[in-house]
Amino acid sequence: MTTETRWIGARVPKLDAPAKATGQVRYLSDLSLPGMLHGKIRRSDRPHARIVTIDIGQALAVPGVHAVLTARDIDNVAFGHGNDNNAFKNDIVRCIRDEIAAVAAETEEAAERACRAIQVTYEDLPAIFDPREALQPGAPVLYAEHPDNRPFTYSYGHGSIEQGEAESAFVVDNEFELTWVNHCCMGVSAILASFDAEGRLTLHSQTQVPFLYRRDMAAIVGMDPADIRVIQPTIGGAFGSKLDIYPFEPIAVHLARATRRPVRIVFSRQEEFRASPTRQPAIVTLRTGCDRQGRLTFRDAHVLLDNGGHTSWGATIPFVMMQTVSSLYRVPHVRFACDVVYTNNPYSGSFRGYGNLQATFAVEQQVDMLAERCGLDPLEIRRLNAQHSGEETGQGLVFSTCGLKDCLDSVARQSDWAQARSNREAGAKLRRGVGVAGLLHVGGGAKIYRSDGCGSILSIDDFGKATLVTGSSDIGQGSETVLAQIVAEVLGIDIARVRVINDDTDVKPWDVGVHASRTSYVAGNSALMAARQARDKLLGAAARSFQVPLEELSLRDGSVMRGSERLTALDRLVRSLHFSERAELLVTQAYFEPASVKQDSEFRGNVSPTYAFAAQVAEVEVELDTGVVRVVRVSAAHDVGKVLNALGLEGQIEGGIVMGMGYALSEELKIVQGMVLNPSFRDYHIPTAPEVPEIRVEFIETLDPTGPFGAKGVGEAPAICLAAAIANAVYHATGVRFTRLPLTPERVLEGLIAAGLVADLGASPCQA
Amino acid sequence: MPVKLSFTLNGRPVSAEVEPTMALLELLRERFDLTGAKLGCGEGECGACAVLLDEEAVLGCLTPAFAVDGRTVRTVEGLSSSEGLSALQQAFVSEGAIQCGFCTPGMEIAAASLLRQEPRPTPEQIRRGLEGNLCRCTGYVAMIEAVEAVNDD
Repeated sequence: MTTETRWIGARVPKLDAPAKATGQVRYLSDLSLPGMLHGKIRRSDRPHARIVTIDIGQALAVPGVHAVLTARDIDNVAFGHGNDNNAFKNDIVRCIRDEIAAVAAETEEAAERACRAIQVTYEDLPAIFDPREALQPGAPVLYAEHPDNRPFTYSYGHGSIEQGEAESAFVVDNEFELTWVNHCCMGVSAILASFDAEGRLTLHSQTQVPFLYRRDMAAIVGMDPADIRVIQPTIGGAFGSKLDIYPFEPIAVHLARATRRPVRIVFSRQEEFRASPTRQPAIVTLRTGCDRQGRLTFRDAHVLLDNGGHTSWGATIPFVMMQTVSSLYRVPHVRFACDVVYTNNPYSGSFRGYGNLQATFAVEQQVDMLAERCGLDPLEIRRLNAQHSGEETGQGLVFSTCGLKDCLDSVARQSDWAQARSNREAGAKLRRGVGVAGLLHVGGGAKIYRSDGCGSILSIDDFGKATLVTGSSDIGQGSETVLAQIVAEVLGIDIARVRVINDDTDVKPWDVGVHASRTSYVAGNSALMAARQARDKLLGAAARSFQVPLEELSLRDGSVMRGSERLTALDRLVRSLHFSERAELLVTQAYFEPASVKQDSEFRGNVSPTYAFAAQVAEVEVELDTGVVRVVRVSAAHDVGKVLNALGLEGQIEGGIVMGMGYALSEELKIVQGMVLNPSFRDYHIPTAPEVPEIRVEFIETLDPTGPFGAKGVGEAPAICLAAAIANAVYHATGVRFTRLPLTPERVLEGLIAAGLVADLGASPCQA
Repeated sequence: MPVKLSFTLNGRPVSAEVEPTMALLELLRERFDLTGAKLGCGEGECGACAVLLDEEAVLGCLTPAFAVDGRTVRTVEGLSSSEGLSALQQAFVSEGAIQCGFCTPGMEIAAASLLRQEPRPTPEQIRRGLEGNLCRCTGYVAMIEAVEAVNDD
């Protein structure tokens, strides 16, 4: 059955785009309050050391300084997923970014000058920078509670690896190494904290999870969560970086409390590179087997995660990595083990894809290796092993809809796969290659808390304007536009008559936050429930008032319609309810809780109500003389359930693809002895406009039975599998397999030389 | 020693007294409350601070404030008029070139500067024209299409 929709599936520009296009929108760094002070943080310049003395005398003497705080001045509550972080470090610093003191002053310059004037003396401690060394006997210990430097381990399995091995005709075994990557949000980290006369705290914050944030912040700064209001101004990009609380945030609160003035902290770009969470570096050891026909038999993975000096969400990415290992394609026997180890490197947080880029890089290269071993085309082996709708995987993930095969067929068509695979030579100095990778990701949240729900309040005023107050947040991805489309569709009104409020915890109902590609699905379903209730109320009122059967009525073009007859305008109907004896306002509320489950202690269970699938084909050129890899074209097909906003969806997919290309080719925090050596856009290269390949995108609509209008989440998916597709394409072009990212010219050239494709001239280009 | 300067800002004459070390971006944001141009890196690498100086894009974070004396400055706030969004801004909206929007002002300034020099740029010229402006959300595709759409009009 197809029903005609006016707003669902349309190309609707982001609702706040005009305000952004004209520069009217205020981001956190554009906000100020009367009497506001500027906060700056003094950080450790040692990776592992005991703090012997902190002298703040000279800092206090800097004109304009209102407060200088250290661990001694506050109740320094531990926080974070590992309960191993503090606003200020008490006695030991465990990575170079660690916070030691902070200043609030009338100008940023004064705050900076005072920060520099703080005298810290250290006693250096032996440090660890290699996660493998952290596990060696006798290695320096970061936390006495964890004498093996291993705060978290994960272990999952289904089937029997021994049986899987016995059933295998071919087995591949590799080690893959992934490095640190920075989110590079264009808007740097910032916060503005202010107390009112009665001691209530207002935080202008960039958080993606305002309600969890409020609870956690309350515990850290010793307040009642009810006394904390979180306002989320327009956020200059997040991509997962704002999913946790980081020390600068309670520091701002402590400074505001100490000075009784509003305090704003805004990072410098260098600070953003050095002191914000990263994508997790990982060493993935993977074995995959298949039988003679190419059917996958087993996967056996071990992951070593460098946790850095403290714990943020980076330590929890094995949840997602194991899903890809266990359930991307049919795999009867799986074992996954992960050690998360402390080092004195910077620590990692959550980042779009949440471990899946790392896992997919390994898993999808081995699929290609096995295809070659058993003489199958890379697309063929994937089609052979891809699941159908309705299948449940060994881990208990239930694929209510699964468009993976359709995605593979689509990219084959879009890329003219067979032709592209047969055309590798492009002259003596240039090779062409084409590679594919698929992906699996949650498509409707992940039930890692007791609730993964979202609340909505919808009101329609006397003038026919609908206001949706949603618990969800927008971090630039366009969720507010999708929610407005859903409301406009159900109520039969123009989208210009829908306003979405999503930025204030004093107003909006609860929501987990922006993560796990959940907002379109969870907040979308919640908005849909509220809108349907409003529609039912309106139609019920019209049926009573016009004495017509309810089932003959509908809402269209701002009116109540009986067939093609216009009975009354929506605003008129709302007023007639309001100013009648019923004295009723049109307000509805809904709370949507997805039908997912928390996984058991063995990580089994259907953690998301639906799953996203995709395939991407990368066509590359490799310059043999220089090792430069250029991505010429990317063909992508994404199972999105149902297109809600075609314009927004294209933007998410294109943006994710280019982010994935940066991960594949150039992005790498160079960290030596715990120090980030390239904390600037000059030395840390994210893709720029001239490097963007031709991108083709096709949406696969599988109409998920539980999604709003059939939709599933797609926010993270586009970034996940391109690195694997590019590595497979580079192999196709050159016959050289690269298992470390990024594929910089130096690394590729080294590989080409080692393989004998290029003569070794004795010195790398950098040394010449 | 403060420097006195007079210049045209978004079509109106203004004057200011600045320290010689002050950057144009700080002058615009702090003194004139024009917060459209952003501080993205402070090192001239990201382009978020771009403004038009005599109708040519410059980096607000690296241009000294005193350098605008006697000249004309236009910021993103000055691209639109009382009639509404400029054709370029409208194209950015319609083509989906705006997500988080933090880079948008600088990107539009770079595009406006390009279109002034080259009213009908090729896709390659557009890519080159936007090269100095970083965006982490969109993958640039919709931005390139937006500039092309203005070109088509």
